[in-house]
Amino acid sequence: MKRNSAIAVGVGVIAAAVLLSGCSSGGGTTASAAMVSQADITKAMNTPTTLTFWTFAPGLTPEIAAFEKKYPKIKVDEVNAGQSAAEYTKLDAALTAGKGAPDVAQLEYSEVPSFTVTNSVVNLAPYGAASLKDQYTPAAWSYGTSGADVWGIPQDFGPMGFIYRNDILAKAGITTAPATWAQFATDAATVKSKTGSYLANFNPTDSPQVLGLIQQAGGIPFSYNGKKTVTVDLESPQVKEVSDYLTKIIQSGNVSVDPGWTDDWFQSVANGRYAGWVVGAWGPDDLSGTAANTSGKWTAAPMPQWTAGQNVGGDWGGSVDSVIKGTSHPIQAYEFIKYLNNDSSSATEMATNPKSLLFPTKTSVLADPAFASQKVAFFGGQETNTTFSDIAKTVPTGFGYLPYMDYATSDYINTVGAAITAKTDIYTAMKKWQNDLVAYGKKQGFTVNAK
Amino acid sequence: MTAPTLTVPRSRAGFKAQQRRLNATAYGFITPFMVFFITMLVVPILYALYLSLFQSQLIGGQTFVGFANYAQTFTDPKFYEGLGRIGLYLVIQVPIMLALALFFALVIDSGRLKGAKFVRLAIFAPYAIPGVISTLVWGYFYGSNFGLISQLFHAVGLSAPDLLSQKNMLGSMMNISTWEFVGYNMIIIYAALRSIPTELFDAAEMDGAGQWRIAWSVKVPAVRSAIMLCVIFSVIGSFQLFTEPSLLVTLAPTVIDTQYTPTYYAYNLAFTNHETNYAAAIAFSLGIFTAIVSYIVQLTVQRRAERA
Repeated sequence: MKRNSAIAVGVGVIAAAVLLSGCSSGGGTTASAAMVSQADITKAMNTPTTLTFWTFAPGLTPEIAAFEKKYPKIKVDEVNAGQSAAEYTKLDAALTAGKGAPDVAQLEYSEVPSFTVTNSVVNLAPYGAASLKDQYTPAAWSYGTSGADVWGIPQDFGPMGFIYRNDILAKAGITTAPATWAQFATDAATVKSKTGSYLANFNPTDSPQVLGLIQQAGGIPFSYNGKKTVTVDLESPQVKEVSDYLTKIIQSGNVSVDPGWTDDWFQSVANGRYAGWVVGAWGPDDLSGTAANTSGKWTAAPMPQWTAGQNVGGDWGGSVDSVIKGTSHPIQAYEFIKYLNNDSSSATEMATNPKSLLFPTKTSVLADPAFASQKVAFFGGQETNTTFSDIAKTVPTGFGYLPYMDYATSDYINTVGAAITAKTDIYTAMKKWQNDLVAYGKKQGFTVNAK
Repeated sequence: MTAPTLTVPRSRAGFKAQQRRLNATAYGFITPFMVFFITMLVVPILYALYLSLFQSQLIGGQTFVGFANYAQTFTDPKFYEGLGRIGLYLVIQVPIMLALALFFALVIDSGRLKGAKFVRLAIFAPYAIPGVISTLVWGYFYGSNFGLISQLFHAVGLSAPDLLSQKNMLGSMMNISTWEFVGYNMIIIYAALRSIPTELFDAAEMDGAGQWRIAWSVKVPAVRSAIMLCVIFSVIGSFQLFTEPSLLVTLAPTVIDTQYTPTYYAYNLAFTNHETNYAAAIAFSLGIFTAIVSYIVQLTVQRRAERA
């Protein structure tokens, strides 16, 4: 009996391992296909079809209904296959198994290379997607493309700002948001000594937050050429500047480093342990439930700048909708995501419907008064959409992600995250992260440019 | 159904035929089990073994590498880190939990406890709560700023210990699993205690033994095999330590790293790093390792029992 049970131990894990066989197909190369003709599109859109759409964005029912009304032959089956990683795990499994994958899936920007490397998404350029480029915020558009290839249509975006409790800052005698990061450090000391609150919390697991700061400083830590070459550069002067700044401000004890998204963290936001948050435009939505008691006391501002007088942003979060390889209905699938994210009434609805509130990627929506002039109660009536729209325009392009971001994010916690918690030197940890990412890339067969 | 055991065989041949019928019936009974055993256990094991002999790369696809993944496992400091932690967990948590289980079982069995039924149920109840839920609940208790335990400390003006720190995490996990499994082990021992013939106690009492003496010299030796069972279960359970790290990681993401326990490491390798083949090798090695340790424990205790 003991032996069987012992084997059973192994089996539990093995079964888990077996269920999920990771991506194993070879490197993705793009076949240059001929453009799809209007006749093909017309024919496809009049053929009865059911599309499966995996998304974790809430509240897209009205947009889907409008699409189905416009194209009565097409039905869209919306499935929430889990938030982020949960969805990608299922998608990986379905792609490996060769069945059960959706026609369309929502992918976060950081995940796009992980699916192009396994040749799992359809290049949308032959379907006419390249012509949409000029209608989108440049940074948002860039994440779904490599060269002339288009891997997805941007659905939402997370330009980063600094949101803060104006009542707590006022108690400390601060009436304007810090304009530079140097000022931010000074303000953090003032707020801590006068009110006991932390001006911000740097959650040790939020690598996108730190990457957003590096992006703002002008660093480009990752890139992928769409084939076999990746670049990892976490030892650049920009990374050093951000790392050293974080080391210093964390060691000062004027900002906290509590793990995020826990019950403790939500309570800390609600009762003012944190006076602010450096976060993407979606951040406030996450707080409106648990920190409802603080509604009206918040103000949104652009992130402080690394160099006084500049106006540069960064981004954290956002996703594209991609057509998944193996679909029998690529034309209908493309037309659907194009409608969802490009049709002006659909794109506006996504941005303004309180059930979805996705931050828009399309520039016409950003400028639309229905969106821009919305007075947001959580921010005491401030027109925060305008604030974040202005930031969106300042997000630098050229930033990219690795085709193995899952590993990178997890290893970040072991290296940089551990340094944040332990309040040790973050640049040293960045170098460690760099080494791990280079080693992993080589092990996976990539040519790694380590700068 | 016929009742073949009631017919008396008249000849040797008849006996054999009956034996065959009996065997056929027995196989019939175990077939449903064997089907599940093979499809749910044997096949996945073999598949994992197969997987563990390959390497798959994002660029380059799958290649046969023989035992290279195993060679990597046995030189992987991260694997040993997890294994070492389990070792520590094993030598501390298992004795504490089993001592408590034995103690509670003896107390309830003594019949001198008022409301013994309620106590028995209360101690057993945590076992009925799914591990996921109990870890979440304890997670709320442990929260460093607004957790219940910190709040209690703050209420009386003391500074609360950080139960989720690097230093205290393993202890916090031991506490959860002790709380959860002490009742389960108690019930096993208690059931064994109930089956001891009461004449033994009367005899011991006649010889002038007190209750403590009876417990130590009569009851404990009598339930040795039940305790042994608990030890083996606990050893195996320790190697399986997974729920606690996988749930508490959200509360202490930088304390519980990807290799915190071997099973958690295998999970992360498979699901995060996309190194399924290596994960299979780790899982397989761990299975073998667990079998060896369980066997050693069994053997040691048996020897001791024979000497006694």
